[in-house]
Amino acid sequence: MGCCGPGAELALLVPGACVPSEEVLLASRIVADGLRQTDLSVPTVHCGACIRTIEKALGELAGVESARVNLSTRRATVRWRCDGAPPPFIETLRQAGFESHLFDVEPDNGHGELSELIRALAVAGFAASNIMLLSVSIWSGADAETRDLFHWLSAIIALPALAYSGRIFFRSAWQALRHRRTNMDVPISIGVLLAFGMSLYDTTQHGSHAYFDASISLLFFLLIGRTLDCMMRERARSAVRGLAQLAARGALVLQDDGTQMYLPVGEITPGMTVMLAAGERVPVDATVSKGASELDVSLVSGESVPVCASVGSAVRAGTLNLTGPLTLIATATASNSFLAEMVRMMEAAEQGRSTYRRVADRAAALYAPVVHLTAFLTFLGWMYVSGDLHNAITIAIAVLIITCPCALGLAVPMVQVVAARRLFANGIMIKDGGALERLAEVDTVVFDKTGTLTLGMPCLVSAESIDSRSLSLAAALASHSRHPYSRALVEAAPDLAHPPLVFDDIAEQPGSGLEARSGATVYRLGRPLWALADPDCASGSASVVLAKDGRQLADFCFEDRLRVDAAVTVARLKENELLVEIVSGDREAPVQFVATALGVPYRAAVMPGEKASYIASLSGAGRKVLMVGDGLNDTPALVAAHVSMAPASAVDVGRNAADLVFLRQSLFAVPLAISVAREARRLIRQNFAFAVAYNLVAVPIAIIGDVTPLVAAMAMSGSSIVVVANALRLKGRQRVAMRAASDEPVSAVAVLEAAK
Amino acid sequence: MTDYFYLIPIAIGVGLTALAAFLWSLKAGQYDDLEGAAERILHEETDAPRRN
Repeated sequence: MGCCGPGAELALLVPGACVPSEEVLLASRIVADGLRQTDLSVPTVHCGACIRTIEKALGELAGVESARVNLSTRRATVRWRCDGAPPPFIETLRQAGFESHLFDVEPDNGHGELSELIRALAVAGFAASNIMLLSVSIWSGADAETRDLFHWLSAIIALPALAYSGRIFFRSAWQALRHRRTNMDVPISIGVLLAFGMSLYDTTQHGSHAYFDASISLLFFLLIGRTLDCMMRERARSAVRGLAQLAARGALVLQDDGTQMYLPVGEITPGMTVMLAAGERVPVDATVSKGASELDVSLVSGESVPVCASVGSAVRAGTLNLTGPLTLIATATASNSFLAEMVRMMEAAEQGRSTYRRVADRAAALYAPVVHLTAFLTFLGWMYVSGDLHNAITIAIAVLIITCPCALGLAVPMVQVVAARRLFANGIMIKDGGALERLAEVDTVVFDKTGTLTLGMPCLVSAESIDSRSLSLAAALASHSRHPYSRALVEAAPDLAHPPLVFDDIAEQPGSGLEARSGATVYRLGRPLWALADPDCASGSASVVLAKDGRQLADFCFEDRLRVDAAVTVARLKENELLVEIVSGDREAPVQFVATALGVPYRAAVMPGEKASYIASLSGAGRKVLMVGDGLNDTPALVAAHVSMAPASAVDVGRNAADLVFLRQSLFAVPLAISVAREARRLIRQNFAFAVAYNLVAVPIAIIGDVTPLVAAMAMSGSSIVVVANALRLKGRQRVAMRAASDEPVSAVAVLEAAK
Repeated sequence: MTDYFYLIPIAIGVGLTALAAFLWSLKAGQYDDLEGAAERILHEETDAPRRN
């Protein structure tokens, strides 16, 4: 890793998956004549020294014009010109100590929204401050011509600002009204426009009161909330998009004339011959025509043990080829592959899900009619009492301005932004505020097993009871393979720097194991049936043995490892009176093992479609389900659930489908997210209660007709400040929660030990 | 009264200049990497932000 710090905690993704240079070429884009740009996501960059190292290392490569690191997004942008193969960016960075992967820059629509909001905010801020300056002079006693002049100046500043900054609200309000709905933007737009219109009329009539300051500062306050909300979503999205892509971008296709060509996945048609090296992912559904290997299917079906593939076996798109090169015949196009099937299931699940209405919109649906009715009744009342049309309209509009949901418009986004920041600091990305509201309602948590409750990587069981010489021998052998068992052995061995033996010749037998020679002695590490001369000697249930000339030296058992604090997480969830279940696509035995260790009910060997329909049946029974899963087979269930979470190591579609993505290894993210969401809900309710209380006090004053622009400005700013301050309380409690969380991993290990 | 004819345009002009400066810096990408900019002041070589 580059160096210390929070970046280093990011979950490492699929170590060892290699990136062919054709893929780099495919992912780059042309920015100018002959100049190409490649974007790399470098999750571990986090300080000035890292920036220098990376920019220097990349800048020194032949053909590279410029390299620039963006520390905020943890991304490096390289511009290069080269006729042949692209410079080895990823290898260079790996040598410099940084894991990196290609990053797809999609046409940026979201970014446009954010910069539009920021520009609108800047204009509204400028207008509000200048109008407020003029208003202060009026309030402090400017009269007659001076007052009129200042009113006219205010109007001149307000009009373009209203047109420019207000269109964001007007547009959304118009959309809502056209579909015969109402949202928060409808009362906002009506209030702002009426206040401006009436003030303009009063200015022409030399009136003493004008509400230009109120209408523009209302926009300014609301735009702050809107912009923060958008920044939060943008940040989460860019962090999630920065994760490694786990689907193949393309594959090497053998053409009729015997040459090989790298084709994007979309151009591979059935019948084509695909060459797949070890470490690559299967691009489309296919059958094996040559070679033998093992496939990691954990992300696709949830099975934790690698599956053997030999001539004739069918392989699914998305599985990772582990040990040997394979020649495949494609049997489906990308759009008909397993992945596409899952996407279709996701869409089906999406339609089945009831559409969720955001809290703010539900509040607006109640609020808008009440406010508009009150204003209208005020108008009728004053018409009846005084018969003065202008006076009645003025007071009715003052009621609208005073009730304009300034605090309400800030109440929800402010709390959600603070909550999202707190989750972000703990490595949890939330896609939007609605997800936070739904998360607070959850009463059932359904976990996938492989890759979610467990890390999806096997680890060596009882390493300390194995003879250390045999272990380091096995690890020295295993370091030549990318099979998960080999990686587990390497990880478990104490020191690899001094291998006990120097091997002459090492070969991997796909599906069987590793064979090495040292002089005349043959060492084999692999399946007992293959490694041992007399397989009957194999002891117990060992899945891998180390043999010397056919005699067993040591045997190794592997187990998928639970995430560090899975047990504490489940215990915490139960404490919060949530129902916890496991639904897995893996076989009965491993699921049962995990379920017993955690003490929760389970369902094993569940097909992807069944997962989604099971979740749907739970929802049908009135339960609000949080689905936590990572595999391709989980994605329909992620969409079907009320709200969903996925680890950073999840498949691309899964991460995109999930409402929350957690970047760190710890599963404690789940209860933490739920408790933050619940606290956010509490604060939002408090803010609503405050807004109602404020209106109960302010509206009568407005109805009596005692509200001046000064009173309106004070009331509005006052209520906004209270709401924002209340939202910040969520952050104040952060330290306490963090300390509690940082104590957990220790006890988590203890619980796990006890569970064994 | 005549003071207004100088003072008010000056006041609004200052505000507009600041607004224009902010919009320009936004467009020039100066807010794209605030964390990186904070670290880069320690580098010796020139290191101007680049437009994308």
